Formats: sequence, structure tokens, C-alpha cells
Amino acid sequence: MTAMNPQLPYRSFGSMSQSESKSPAQVMADRRVVVEGLTVHYRTVRALQDVSLAIQPGRLTGIIGPNGAGKSTLLKAMLGLVPVIEGTITYDDRPLTEQLERVAYVPQRSQIDWTYPATVWDVVMMGRVRKSGWFRRFSTVSRKVAMAALDRVGMADYRDRPIGQLSGGQQQRVFLARALAEEADIFCLDEPLTGIDQKTETVIFDILRELANADKTVIVVNHDLGEAITHFDDLVLLNRELIAYGDRQSVLHPENMHKGYGGMVNFFSTMAA
Amino acid sequence: MFQLLLEPLQYDFMQRSLVVAVLVGILCAVVGSYLMVQRLALLGDAISHSVMPGLALAFALEANIFIGAFIAGVISTLLIALIHTRSPIKEDTAMGIVFSAFFALGITLITTIQKDNKVDLNHFLFGNILGVSWEDVITTVVIAAIVVVIIVLLFKELQFYTFDPLGAQAAGLPVNLLNFGLMILIALTIVASLKVVGVILVLALLVTPGATAYLLVKRLHQMMILGAAISVVSSVSGMYLSYYFNLPSGPAVVLVSAGFFTLAFLFSPQHGLLTHPQRSRAGSPLLREIKSLLRARRSP
Repeated sequence: MTAMNPQLPYRSFGSMSQSESKSPAQVMADRRVVVEGLTVHYRTVRALQDVSLAIQPGRLTGIIGPNGAGKSTLLKAMLGLVPVIEGTITYDDRPLTEQLERVAYVPQRSQIDWTYPATVWDVVMMGRVRKSGWFRRFSTVSRKVAMAALDRVGMADYRDRPIGQLSGGQQQRVFLARALAEEADIFCLDEPLTGIDQKTETVIFDILRELANADKTVIVVNHDLGEAITHFDDLVLLNRELIAYGDRQSVLHPENMHKGYGGMVNFFSTMAA
Repeated sequence: MFQLLLEPLQYDFMQRSLVVAVLVGILCAVVGSYLMVQRLALLGDAISHSVMPGLALAFALEANIFIGAFIAGVISTLLIALIHTRSPIKEDTAMGIVFSAFFALGITLITTIQKDNKVDLNHFLFGNILGVSWEDVITTVVIAAIVVVIIVLLFKELQFYTFDPLGAQAAGLPVNLLNFGLMILIALTIVASLKVVGVILVLALLVTPGATAYLLVKRLHQMMILGAAISVVSSVSGMYLSYYFNLPSGPAVVLVSAGFFTLAFLFSPQHGLLTHPQRSRAGSPLLREIKSLLRARRSP
């Protein structure tokens, strides 16, 4: 499987191929999330066309692009949440959708019904459902893991609050705690930075950096191109197809940005690069 | 007072109908909570109307009417799912089409077989709890036991799925199976409830107690337990009211539970209309708009 990598039509910009040789363990199993020829249609509308890339563990990867570029669709298609017309997504040389227990997914906040009768604790414990197994109650270990996750995002005092009474940033941190409680290898976050406060943004990037340092794979759909973008190591620039993929500086090259955003972007390249 | 409570119990039919009413009350409150949190109240209505042709055919073929109704209910949910996944028609429209068609078919069939079989259309529409047999009681006990055991065993998975279907799918839960299982539970519950309130009023038992509890507590299992308690009290007091004042039993039960909802709506500590008067201004934007329209007409 590793032999095919050079032939893949990645539009990579340097950095991605070097880190591979670092650890001998990585040579045996491909710990990258490898997307090959991914095409997604919504009924008759083309959402993604022939996207191929390989996302590295140990780095913060951001997915950027204009509205309707298919950013969330790429994330969802990787996890099998939307029907894939063509293409494969593999991890450890096996289809990713067969090992979803290794994935923690944080949906967009707008996809959630916040009037649902659940407390912060109920939501974080959902991260332990899969680990607990069918027909079983949550174990003491699960409770400890969930409590630690809640503590890590600074929401331990809120555990008995109904989720509808939280601010947007607090809701996002609860979902991050749920993802942490899943003890996954791959973390996928769909627009976690939308409508949140500065404190939450700091907490989120602190934690994501920790995860990356622990050699986890971290993939974040990011809507705006503000200062937050400087936190990412690698970027995927989409506009229904892959425009550019690689380390941040190379992707944020004005030529790519012009291609991706059609010249409409008002971008502070100095700040981000 | 005590005598007042005991008097109806000397009758066999009252004992049977009270047992069935209590069981159905618990079942509907628990299963109905899932309908409510998924915003699928209309689906409860759709399935209950759709069981009519199953009831009619089972009657004509002298088969078990519970089984006939259950099969019709499941077929209707599958049809609704088929229409809304395989065409651009939205789910609520698909429900409207399927349930009205099934209901019409049911009415047609029942009117046709009515002459030979001595069945009463009204019993299907509004229930006939005073006519339940011990056999019906046993069927209800079995259905209630199955549904409650499944919900207890799958509580955490169903909670995850109903709260965040995408998240549950991304965690690798078999969400389509869970969804189908939930539909089966709903169909079973409706079938068990038909004797008590009939096709038209089942929805009230499914959503009203759960909604009442939702205004008072904050977690799903609390909502189910409190909803079941409210439902049991409504069923029993509805039955007594119906006995002493000669009211139709199904509607009496539904009215009592609507009364409880009204109390919670007005006085709930967190959400009550009267305990939180600032929220009662919700109507004022409408008034403001009307006033501004009137003003605009006066000064052209």
C-alpha cells in the first residue's frame, strides 16, 4: 500500500512527504487518512469532484474554501455520513468507515437541536456509548474519562446544566469534551470556531495542539480566514475540487487563494503566512 | 371517598380497562418522548391513521387484529421513508400522503365489511376500552413488556441517535437499524393503544404527557418517568370520570392529560407562562405589526 503513494495525484506543496520517514512504526501501517478520487453528488448537484489527498497524523489540518465549496461535505464523506459516488478513504490500510470507533466527530452546532432534554453530562457520556458496548451501563472508567474531558475544557462546574442554557462557546466546549471522551485517533471538527468567544477558541486550539503532539490526526473545517488560520500546520483548500493541499504557507500563496476564492477574498496574507 | 374509588372496581370490565389504560399510559409516555424530541409528532399521527386497513383486513379474515394493525403500521412507515428518500418530496408531505391514503382505504374497507361482520367504525376511530377482553389485557402486557425492556437495554444508543444522528453515525452506531427499531416500537405502542383511545386520539397519549414532563424536568429519562406517572394519573382519573359522569372514556383520558399540560404550561418553574411573565410578551410583535399597518393606512 505504501508503494502507491508517489503515484497519487496529490497537489502537495512540500512538507507532507518528509515527516513520513520519521518513525519506523509508520512505515508498517499507513497512519495517514488517504482520500483517493473522492466524488460526491447531492442529487444532481456536484459537491466534490475527484479529491485526492493524504492527511498526516501529528499535525493540525484545516479545510478551507468559500461557501458551498464542499468543506463539510469532504469531512462527512470521509466518515461515510453522505453517500460517496466514487473514491476510497483508507486509514491503516483499511477503509475508514470500518473503523469509526477510532474517529471522534464534532458536528456543526447548527445541526443540533439544543432544546433536547439533556444535560452537559448526558452529552459528554455519549462519547462513551460506543466504548461501553451494547446493552451495558456506563462503567466507572467511562465516568472518570468523561469527567476528565469535561474538566479539560473547563466545563466541569456545568455538568448538571441543560445544554440549552449554555452559550455558543460553552456548547462547543461540551462537544469537544465529548470528542475527547471517545479517546479516538482521528478528530474531525466541523466549523468549531463559528460563533464562539475568545476563551473557547483558545481552549479549542490548546487541546487540538495537545492532540496533534500526541500524534493524533486532527482535521478542522474552518470557515473564516481570520487570525485563527495561523494555528493550522497544513491546509486543504477546496472549491468543489482540490485547489491546493500542503503546509499553511504554501497553500496560502496568493495564486492558490485567487483560484480557490475567485479573487473575491480580502486576505491578510502577511498575518497568516 | 374510599367507597367512591372502590365501587367501579367490582365490575370485571372496569378492572380490565383500568389495567389496560395504565399500561398504555406508561407505554405511550415513554415511546412518545422519542417522537417529541425528534420532532416527529406527526409521524405518530401518521402511523395511527395508517393501521386502519390492517385492522379491517384482520377483522374480515378473522385474524389477530393486533398483528394486522402492526403490519399496516410498519408498511406505512416504510412507504413514507421510500417516498422521502427516493424523491424530492419532504418527509412531512410524504407522511400526509401515505397516512391519508391508508386512512381512506381503512374507512372504505371497514364500511364494506361492516354489514357482514357487525363491527363498529366508531370503535376503531375512538376506541372501546370498556370492551377489552382478558386476552386483550395479556396482549397489552406482552407488548408493554417488550417495548419497555428494549428501551431500557438500548437507552444510551437511542439517546445518542435521537440527539445527534450524524454524531451517532460517525461513532459507528447502526443508525438505520436504530431508526427502524424505533419505528417498530412506535407502531407496537400505537397498536396497543387503539382499544383505549382509538386511531384519532392516540397522538394525544403519545405527546401530551411527555410534553408536560418536558416543561418540568431536564433529562430524557426523567421526562419518560415523570411523563409515565402523569399519564397513569390521567388514565385512571379519566376512567373514573367516565364511569361517574357517563363520559366516553378515551376522550375523558385525553382531556385530563391536556388539563395537566395546561397546568405545566402556566406554572412550570422554568418555562411557565405565569411564572415567567416576560415571556408572555411573545404575542406583542404581532400586535405591533398590526398597529403599524393601521397607522400607515391612516397617514398616507
